[in-house]
Amino acid sequence: MIYLELFLGFLKVGCFAFGGAYGAIPLIRDVVMSYGWLDSEQLAYMIAVSESTPGPIMVNLATFVGSRQGGFWGAMTATAAVVLPSFAVILIVTALLRHVIKNKYIQAVLKGVKPCIAGIILATGLYMAVSNILTKDGTDIKAAVISLGLLAVMAACKRLLKKKLSPVGLIVAAALMGMVIYA
Amino acid sequence: MRARPMRERGMQMPENVVKKSRILTQLALEFMKIGLFTFGGGYAMIAMIENSCVNKRKWITHDEMMDITVIAESTPGPIAINCATYVGFRQAGFEGALAATLGIVLPSFAVIYAIAMLFDDFLSLTAAANAFRGIKVAVGILIIDAAVTMFKNMKKKAQPKVTAALAFAVMLLSEVFSLGLSSVMLMALAGAVSLGLFMLRDGKKAGHK
Repeated sequence: MIYLELFLGFLKVGCFAFGGAYGAIPLIRDVVMSYGWLDSEQLAYMIAVSESTPGPIMVNLATFVGSRQGGFWGAMTATAAVVLPSFAVILIVTALLRHVIKNKYIQAVLKGVKPCIAGIILATGLYMAVSNILTKDGTDIKAAVISLGLLAVMAACKRLLKKKLSPVGLIVAAALMGMVIYA
Repeated sequence: MRARPMRERGMQMPENVVKKSRILTQLALEFMKIGLFTFGGGYAMIAMIENSCVNKRKWITHDEMMDITVIAESTPGPIAINCATYVGFRQAGFEGALAATLGIVLPSFAVIYAIAMLFDDFLSLTAAANAFRGIKVAVGILIIDAAVTMFKNMKKKAQPKVTAALAFAVMLLSEVFSLGLSSVMLMALAGAVSLGLFMLRDGKKAGHK
């Protein structure tokens, strides 16, 4: 039953996604790949699309996967599931337990979870970056060139404009490089 | 915008009901705007929410906004959703929370749903497919960049450092050798160990007293 699977899968994402959108990506990767909803290629595309369209990335991903797997109702199910935990938690925290979040035991748990997430994100990002270049079909020199090109653009932006390149800027630069280099 | 009285009741609605439905409409519209015009999610949205809810609408104070950010970071889920739920709840209770949350989700839902319908046609264009191969590289870099920022903001103490390093090593090994370890399990483990350590220390402290 696809709706139930979508609901449970994205409920899990909504429940355990701490630390913003990128914190959720390893988790989303886990879920969508273990159910076979997207392969790693499609997931990377979709992260880029979510990043370049308005709204929270997690919600965008849920809507996308849901609609691909189960049409309109699939999209509704997945989106509701990903939103539900944060909705419920905030309601409970603001309505009943405003001080519970400052509880020392809760803080102790969070103290372990947060650095763990940072490590997981770094591992996931590094693995994705390296496997773009060292693919199953051999080394993709062009991807390596794009990687270096993007790092150069980021460094140049920081140096010259004294500002960090925004994610959307980076994606646009990458799209242009992709069109030129793979053409 | 004025709320229209409900026809089927056949009588005028009491003042407070009119007021409430006006607030609900405002909440939904304001958050729809935020949902439609913020790209990149998370922290970009916090700035936008602060601008419209604190400065423009005066629904919440700046201090409350700081509180929400902390709560949003310590609770799961997209930060924007957390903020919307909180502001909505403070303004108009459960219905307010619902209106604001639906408002912020609706625009991205519509946009992504349309994209999902057209996705295959779009990718069959060679130029688009090539662009996406480039974007794929960028996504890896973005994720690494986000992780580096998290590492920089981490407390310079032994426990978070060791936890992060272990999580990194375990997750990387799992990816490389396709072990299929779940990140949720890893997080739960880290939380449990941290709680255990804390209780141990706490217990010792109590014992010395």
